[in-house]
Amino acid sequence: MSKGDVIIDAQKIIKRYYIGHPNELEILHGIDLQVREGEFVAIVGASGSGKSTLMNIIGVLDKPTEGSYMLDGVDVMKAKDHELSAIRNKKIGFVFQTYNLISRTSALKNVELPMMYAGVPGGKRRKRAKELIEMVGMGERMHHTPDELSGGQKQRIAIARAMGNDPALILADEPTGALDSKTGRRVMDIFHDLHEKQGKTIVLITHSPELAEECERILTLSDGMFIGERRGTGYAPS
Amino acid sequence: MLLLENILLALNGVRANKMRSMLTMLGIIIGIASVIAIMTVGTSMSGTMADSMNSMGASNITLGVSQKSSSTETTAGGMRFNWGPHSSSMSDEDYLTDEMLANVKEKYPENVSEYLLTESIGSAQALDGELYANINVKGANNESIENDDLTILAGRTFTDKDQKGKKVCIVSDYLCNNMFSGDTSAALGQELSVKINNVFYHYSIVGVYEYDNSGTFSSSSEEETSTDFYIPLQTAFDQEHVTPRYSQVTVVTQSGTDVDTFMEEMESYINSRFYRNNDSFEVSCSSMTSMLESLTETMNTIAMAISFIAGISLLVGGIGVMNIMLVSIQERTKEIGTRKALGATNGSIRTQFIVESIVLCLVGGFIGIVLGIGIGYAASKQMGYEAYPPVTAIIFSVAFSMAIGIFFGYYPANKAAKMNPVDALRYE
Repeated sequence: MSKGDVIIDAQKIIKRYYIGHPNELEILHGIDLQVREGEFVAIVGASGSGKSTLMNIIGVLDKPTEGSYMLDGVDVMKAKDHELSAIRNKKIGFVFQTYNLISRTSALKNVELPMMYAGVPGGKRRKRAKELIEMVGMGERMHHTPDELSGGQKQRIAIARAMGNDPALILADEPTGALDSKTGRRVMDIFHDLHEKQGKTIVLITHSPELAEECERILTLSDGMFIGERRGTGYAPS
Repeated sequence: MLLLENILLALNGVRANKMRSMLTMLGIIIGIASVIAIMTVGTSMSGTMADSMNSMGASNITLGVSQKSSSTETTAGGMRFNWGPHSSSMSDEDYLTDEMLANVKEKYPENVSEYLLTESIGSAQALDGELYANINVKGANNESIENDDLTILAGRTFTDKDQKGKKVCIVSDYLCNNMFSGDTSAALGQELSVKINNVFYHYSIVGVYEYDNSGTFSSSSEEETSTDFYIPLQTAFDQEHVTPRYSQVTVVTQSGTDVDTFMEEMESYINSRFYRNNDSFEVSCSSMTSMLESLTETMNTIAMAISFIAGISLLVGGIGVMNIMLVSIQERTKEIGTRKALGATNGSIRTQFIVESIVLCLVGGFIGIVLGIGIGYAASKQMGYEAYPPVTAIIFSVAFSMAIGIFFGYYPANKAAKMNPVDALRYE
C-alpha cells in the first residue's frame, strides 16, 4: 500500500437507537468520512454531538445502522463477529481517555496483550513490547502495575499498547482529557512523533480546539453531522 | 500459550483476592476434604486388615457364643459375625468347653490344627511400693502366645508345666522400664504384686517381650500405657475359680482347608451337637475374610452417607463459585470491554473466565485434598490403622473440582463473552 491510500472510507453513516420504537433516536445523520494513510485528523465537537458514537463506529466496536464502511480495504459491514475482533486487533490501535489498562497486570503484560490475542509467540511479543515501552520513554517502569503509575505514564503505556500489532489506524479518544496540560503535552508529542517519524495514521477525537489545531485536518461534528472541515495551524515541537 | 497466560492470570486473581477466594472455595474445600478423609480412613482400614490377614492368617476362624435371636440376627453380606460374647447373661452351660473343642478336633482332624485360647481378666496394676505399671492381664495358652508373635527380650515363654497353673507371667519391656529401670534381665525371676479388682495376686516373671506400639496412636505417655500381661491359661481360670470355658475361641485351620465352607460346616455341627437344647445361645463362626467384608460394607455405607453430604457441600460450593464469577465479571466489565477493543474474540474471553473458575475450584480442591488426607491420616492413626492414601479418590476429586469449575463457570463466562464491547467500555 502506497502513501496516500484511503484507510477509512465511510459513506452515509447513519446510526439509530431504539429502532422501531416510538422514541427512535437518530444520532448520526449520514456521515461521510475519508482518511488517507499518514494523515493526522482531529474530530472535534461538543458533548452530545455524536463524537463517541462515531468513534465506536470507526473503531469497529459498533456497526452503523445504515451506510458503508471500508477500513483498510476490509468491508466492516459484512464482517462477522470474529472477523470484527481480528480487525480491531490488527488494524486499529485504541487510546482511551481513561487509559483502560488491565489492573494487577504489569505495564509490559498490558502492552503484550494485543499481540497475545494476535497469536504472536511469547519471546517475540516480549521483545516488541519492550521496544515499544522504550519508545514512549517508560523503559524503567515496565514491570510496574498500572496503579503504581501516574496518569501520564499510564497513557504512554496505553499508546505503546495501541502500537503492538502495528495497526493501520490509531484511534485516540480524548487521550489528554484526564491529564494536566504538561503531561497532556507530553502525550501529544508522542502522537506527533508517531505521525511524523513513523507515518502513522491517527484520528484524534477531542473537544479541545487547541489540541485540534495541531492536527493536519480538523472536522467539526455537530448534531450528528460534519459542519466544517479546515486545515490546522500546525504543530511546533516543544 | 493463551491457556498458560490465563492460568497465571487466574492464579494472580486468587492471590489478589485471598479472602474472597478463600470464602468462595470453602464449600469445595469442605466437600472434597470430607470425601478424601473418609476415603483415607476406608482405604487405611481395609489396607491394614488385608495386611493383618496375611500375618494373622486368613485361615483363622473365630468361634463365638452369641445370643440366639431369630429376628435381630446380625448378618452382613450373608456372613454372620459377632462382636464378642454376650457374657452378661451367659450361664456356665452356655460356654464352649475343652470337651467340646476336643470333640470338634476329633471330628475334623484334617481341618482343625489347633485352638488359640485366652481368658481376659482385665486391666490391673502391678505395684511395688511407689513404682507401678498399668497392665492388661490375660490368660493364654501357648498356641495363643505363639500366635501373638512376641519378640522375647529376656527369659522365655511358658512351658507346658507353667500352663498347669503356675503363678508365672510374661511382661512387657514398658513394665520393666517402670518397675526395674529398664533392666530386663534383672526383672527375670522377680515376684510381682498385681492388684486386680482390689485383690492382690503374685506372679514371678519368666519372660520379657518387646511392646509393639506401631499402628496404635495413644494419647497416654509411655509410663501410663497399659500393656499385655500374660499368665498361663489355667492360672487365670484357677484364680477366677471356674473350670475352663470360653465365650470365644480362635480355630487355626490346617493348610489347604477351604475356610468359608469349613466355617459353615463346623458351625452347624457344633450347634446341632452341643447347642440344640440351648434356648438362648448358639455358636457362630467368623473369619478375617468375613470380618473384612462386613467392615468394608459398613465403611461403604458410611462413605456413601458422607459423600452425599459432601455432594451437597460441593453443589453449594459450585453455586458459590458461580456467584463470585458473576460478581467478578460485573466488576471487570470495563476490562472485558478493553480486551474486546484490543482484539479479544468472544472465545478468548470465555476461555479466560472458565479457566479462572477452574483454577478457583482446583485450588479449592487441592486444599481440600491436603486437608482431607491430613484428617484421614490422623483418624486412621487414632483408630490404630496404618494410613494409606486413597489414590482413586484423589484423582476423582481433581477431576470433579475441574468439572465443577467448568459447569459453574460456563454461564458467567459466556455472559462475559457475549457482552457488547461498546456497553462494556462505557461501564463505570
